[in-house]
Amino acid sequence: MASLSSLLKVLLYGLIGLFLSIWVVQNPQDGLVARLVTYDKLAVLLLQHFYLVGVSALLAVLTAVPLGIALTRPGLKSWAPRVLALVNIGQTVPSLAVVALSVGFLGVGSLTAIVALWIYSLLPILSNTLIGLQEVDSSITEAAHGMGMKGRHVLFRVELPMAAAMIMAGIRTAVTITIGSAILAAFVGGGGVGNLIIAGNNISRWQVLVLGAALPVLMALMADVIFESLEKKVRV
Amino acid sequence: MIRFENVVKRYPGEGADAVHNLNFEIASGTICMLVGPSGCGKTTTMKMINKLIRPTSGAILIDGRNIDTVDTIELRLSIGYIIQDIGLFPHMSVGENIATVPGELGWKKERINARIEELLELVDLNPKVYRNKKPNELSGGQKQRVGVARALAADPPIMLMDEPFGALDPITRAKMQDEFLHIQEKIRKTIVFVTHDIEEAIKMGDNIAVLKAGQIVQLSSPMEILSNPADPFVSELIGGRNSLKMLNLMLCGQIMKSLSPSEGEKARATGHGLLGLKATAQDALSEMLRTGQRFIYVEDGDRIVGVLEFEDLLERASRHGLSQ
Ligand SMILES: Nc1ncnc2c1ncn2[C@@H]1O[C@H](COP(=O)(O)OP(=O)(O)O)[C@@H](O)[C@H]1O
Ligand SMILES: [Mg+2]
Repeated sequence: MASLSSLLKVLLYGLIGLFLSIWVVQNPQDGLVARLVTYDKLAVLLLQHFYLVGVSALLAVLTAVPLGIALTRPGLKSWAPRVLALVNIGQTVPSLAVVALSVGFLGVGSLTAIVALWIYSLLPILSNTLIGLQEVDSSITEAAHGMGMKGRHVLFRVELPMAAAMIMAGIRTAVTITIGSAILAAFVGGGGVGNLIIAGNNISRWQVLVLGAALPVLMALMADVIFESLEKKVRV
Repeated sequence: MIRFENVVKRYPGEGADAVHNLNFEIASGTICMLVGPSGCGKTTTMKMINKLIRPTSGAILIDGRNIDTVDTIELRLSIGYIIQDIGLFPHMSVGENIATVPGELGWKKERINARIEELLELVDLNPKVYRNKKPNELSGGQKQRVGVARALAADPPIMLMDEPFGALDPITRAKMQDEFLHIQEKIRKTIVFVTHDIEEAIKMGDNIAVLKAGQIVQLSSPMEILSNPADPFVSELIGGRNSLKMLNLMLCGQIMKSLSPSEGEKARATGHGLLGLKATAQDALSEMLRTGQRFIYVEDGDRIVGVLEFEDLLERASRHGLSQ
C-alpha cells in the first residue's frame, strides 16, 4: 500500500532528525555548544520554522488558488498567458533576492520573512492552478454547462476536483521550497532553524552547522512525502 | 415541438454563415436526424437549442416559447444532452454522474437513489455492479449507456445527441442504436440527433434533415429521402445502394402475404425457415440467400401468420432502385 510506505518514510526521516538532535545535545563538544543547543531551544526553533512555512504557505494557497481561478474565467482568460510568463520569470529569481527586497520595504522581523516566503511560494501554486484548470477537457465543462449546471457548480464540482492533483503538486513544490528558503528568515530576524546555521558559523562548531542544515532537509523530505500522498489521493 | 425561424449563425470574424436561414420544425416525440458532412453546421444547429451557442439572428421556439425568454439554466435542465465523447465526469462514479441534473434540481436523496437504479436498469447496466464504478473502468459502450442514463435523469422532454455513438465500433454501435430505439419507444422524447453517418440517420430517424454548407437541402422521412432525393448532393450522400437500404426500412410484418390460421398450421409442419414480424426485409433477403430457400415464413409469437417470397423482395428493391 502506497500510504503505508509513505508513513514509514515520514517516520524514518523524523527518527533521523530526532537522533541527530539527541546526539548533538548529549555530546556537546564544549560548554558553548551545550548552552546553545538544548532540547528547549531546538523545539522553539523548529516551531518557529514550522510557523514561518505554515503561515506563508497558507497565505499563498489562499491567494494563488483564487487568483488562478479568476484568471481562467471568461473575462480574465486573455491575461492568463501573460501572468504565467511573469510567474515563470519570477520563479527564476533567487529566494535570497526576494528576502532582501522585502527587508528593503518592511525592515527586519518575522513579518518580513513571512511576506518574502509567501510571495515566493505563491508562484508554483499559481502556475499549477492555472495549468490544472486549463487542462480540464473543454468538452467536459461544456457538457456540464449544457446539462444545466450553474457556473459555480461547474467550478466547484467539476473543474476544481479535476485540477486538484495539479494544484496539490504546486502546493507540494511551494512547501518543500519554502522549508529550505525559511532558513533565510534567520538572517532577517525571523527566527527558525537558520539560527543554528548562523550560530554554528559564528562559533565555528561543525555539529551545530550540520544540525541546522540537516533539520530543514529532513522537514522538506517529510513534507514532500506527505504532499505526494495527498496528491495521489485527489488524482482522478 | 422545436421550431427554427430564420435562424442564422455567423461566428465572429468569419466570412460566411456557419448556419444560414434555418426554417424547420421537429414534432414532439419524434427523432430528427441532422446529417451531413463535417463542418456543415450540425453541431452549431444543435447547440443553439440549449443556448450553448447564440444565434446571430432568428428565433428558436420550444412549444411556442422563444427560448430567449426562458432562463438559460431552467432551459438546459429540461433538455438532456449527450455528446460524442459523452463528457462523463471522470472523478465521479456512475451514480454521481447520473445524479448531476437531479442534484441541480434539488431532488431528495432517496428520490435520486431510486432514479439512478431505475435508469441503470433501463440502459441495461446492473446497478449493483456499475453504480459505484468510475468512468475509466467502463468500456466505450458502457460509458455511452451511462451518458444516455445521465441525460434522461430528470426525464427531460427533449434530448440533444451529438454523434453519441460515433466513437463506438460498428457492432457495439448497431447494438446501441437498437437499444436506444427500443428505449425511445417507451419514453417518446423529442430528439435531435446529429450524425455524419447516413445509415444511422436512416435507421434512427423519423425525419432526416440533410445539411450542406449551413443549409437544409432536404427534410423528410427516411423513405422519402431514399426514394426521392431532392438533389444530387443527397443522392450522393445516400450512395448507390439505396435499394438495399430501402429493404432495411420495411418490416416483414408490413410486406408479407398473410396466411390463414389453417395455412399457418400447414406451414409449421414443413419445418421451413422462420422470421419475426419485426425483422426487416433485408434480414429476410439475407436469410434466403444464406439458406438458398425461395421463401420464408413470418411468425407472430408461436403462430405463423405470413410468407415472404424472394421474387417479391427483389421486385420491391428494384422498384425503389429505379425511382432514384
Ligand atoms: N467556435 C467557432 N468559431 C468559428 N467557427 C466555428 C466555430 N465552431 C464551428 N465553426 C465553423 O462553423 C462551421 C460549422 O461547424 P459545426 O457546426 O461544428 O459543423 P459539424 O458539426 O456539422 O461538423 C464549420 O465551418 C466550423 O469550422
Ligand atoms: Mg459536429
